[in-house]
Amino acid sequence: MNLEDIKETFGFFDSWEDKYRFVIDLGKELPNLDEAHKIPANLVRGCQSQVWLVASYDSQQQQIELVIDSDAHIVRGLISIVLAAYNKQSPDYIAHYDIEALFDELALIQHLSLTRGNGLRAMVARIQQLATSIDELT
Amino acid sequence: MTSYRKDFPILDQQVNGAPLVYLDNAATSQKPRVVIDALSDYYHNYNANVHRAVHALSDQATFAFEQARDRVREFVHATSRNEIIFTRGTTESINLVANCYTGLLQPDDEILISHMEHHSNIVPWQMLAARTKAVLKACDVNSQGDIDLESFANLLSDKTRIVAISHVSNALGTVNPLQQVIEQAHDAGAVVLVDGAQAVPHFDVDVAALDCDFYAFSGHKMYGPTGIGVLYGKEKLLEMLPPWQGGGEMIETVSIDNSTYNTLPYKFEAGTPNIAGAIGLGAAIDYLSGLPRNEIEAMEDDLLRLTVSQLKQIDGVRLIGDPAKRISVVSFLVDGSHPHDVGTLLDQQGIAVRTGHHCAMPLMAQLGIPGTVRASFSLYNSTEDVDRLIAGVRKAVSFI
Repeated sequence: MNLEDIKETFGFFDSWEDKYRFVIDLGKELPNLDEAHKIPANLVRGCQSQVWLVASYDSQQQQIELVIDSDAHIVRGLISIVLAAYNKQSPDYIAHYDIEALFDELALIQHLSLTRGNGLRAMVARIQQLATSIDELT
Repeated sequence: MTSYRKDFPILDQQVNGAPLVYLDNAATSQKPRVVIDALSDYYHNYNANVHRAVHALSDQATFAFEQARDRVREFVHATSRNEIIFTRGTTESINLVANCYTGLLQPDDEILISHMEHHSNIVPWQMLAARTKAVLKACDVNSQGDIDLESFANLLSDKTRIVAISHVSNALGTVNPLQQVIEQAHDAGAVVLVDGAQAVPHFDVDVAALDCDFYAFSGHKMYGPTGIGVLYGKEKLLEMLPPWQGGGEMIETVSIDNSTYNTLPYKFEAGTPNIAGAIGLGAAIDYLSGLPRNEIEAMEDDLLRLTVSQLKQIDGVRLIGDPAKRISVVSFLVDGSHPHDVGTLLDQQGIAVRTGHHCAMPLMAQLGIPGTVRASFSLYNSTEDVDRLIAGVRKAVSFI
């Protein structure tokens, strides 16, 4: 589901129940990271659940490609939203993208804020750091 | 049944549109009005540094601070006020003992803990072992969540110098058979430190009857303020131990070359102590002492049993641990989900629980799980809270 579809769907929801069901469903659709990549080096620190992040840089397309996975449903749903915002975008786009505004727009800040133990902040920080140091990416 | 909820102003609020159900008491308890008032009264009316008082406020502060020490002594049934050291909390109490033993252990001496311990009763001993080349050993915990006493007896030897064990497990609520553990440890010639953080809020602890050598606990889990805790130690052991931190208060005389140390308990209380915290803790003890503790213990036990039996009826819920004796804590998992999912969905319904490894990663490893959802009870919880929790878990299960 792309970012516009996610935004539109969220627009239909008033209750936290609907939003969470949708986030959990998004998580269920998220492709799994290959088990071989679930190694300590790929763990994002600062998450209560385990979050693995693998990034690569496509120098022809000048895009960062991200695969992120978690062992928690809600976090997987949040990852789907984060990926819809960041995946296959240029380093410059990622570095300047205002993800807080996106979560505000989705009215998620109250429920799924960056400060909770869901690891969103750590994930976003890691992606933004990668965008400013693409030589680290293969 | 008397409700104590009204004594705790914070509980009178809505969280995410629902009345707050606070079931994270093993992490920290809420504070009764009398404790909040005691803190406020101290800062409003008689804040001053303690000891060596020449003026009235200091005299008043010193009196209240030392009176709090007497309250603590009575509370844990210690013989002497010299055995009550104020610390920042359980963690600092354990670190104090672990640091003081640095010069007293030899290479190959052993420190024995259990796999059930909170990280604060593991890491200080690892650090002590690293400093002294002593060996840290940990006895097993069985799948019920009880200490494997055979494993404990096998690991205990005449090399064991220190046994450090929790009174009550923070993750599972297991009440450990301390009497037996302490007797066996003493027979082997070891001293015993008990992590009592999860015990003191729930039942009467008698350090003299237990015959433990050290007993550590925190104020904030027993309705007192954060940042204040207690180390009880047998007087002759505390006399023998060297001081840990140096500074004001803990000295008798100081020259540039040398210092002589103050008597107990001040030898272990360098610097200005947490005066307000100690006074607040004293107020918490006064509050608890004025309540029918046996009745409250029975009520908390009823809530625990009710929760356990109700959770068992929910398809997809797996209870973690079934210890022989348990208080106030229930840990569980929902099949096919992470504890974080369940905790988040409960929070949405105004229900505060804790999720994760509960600072007991070796226990989680031994049980083969990443963590749990933990609900923990306190004297202000009620059957309505249990009903809300059960309905909340059912809803969470339906989402996952």
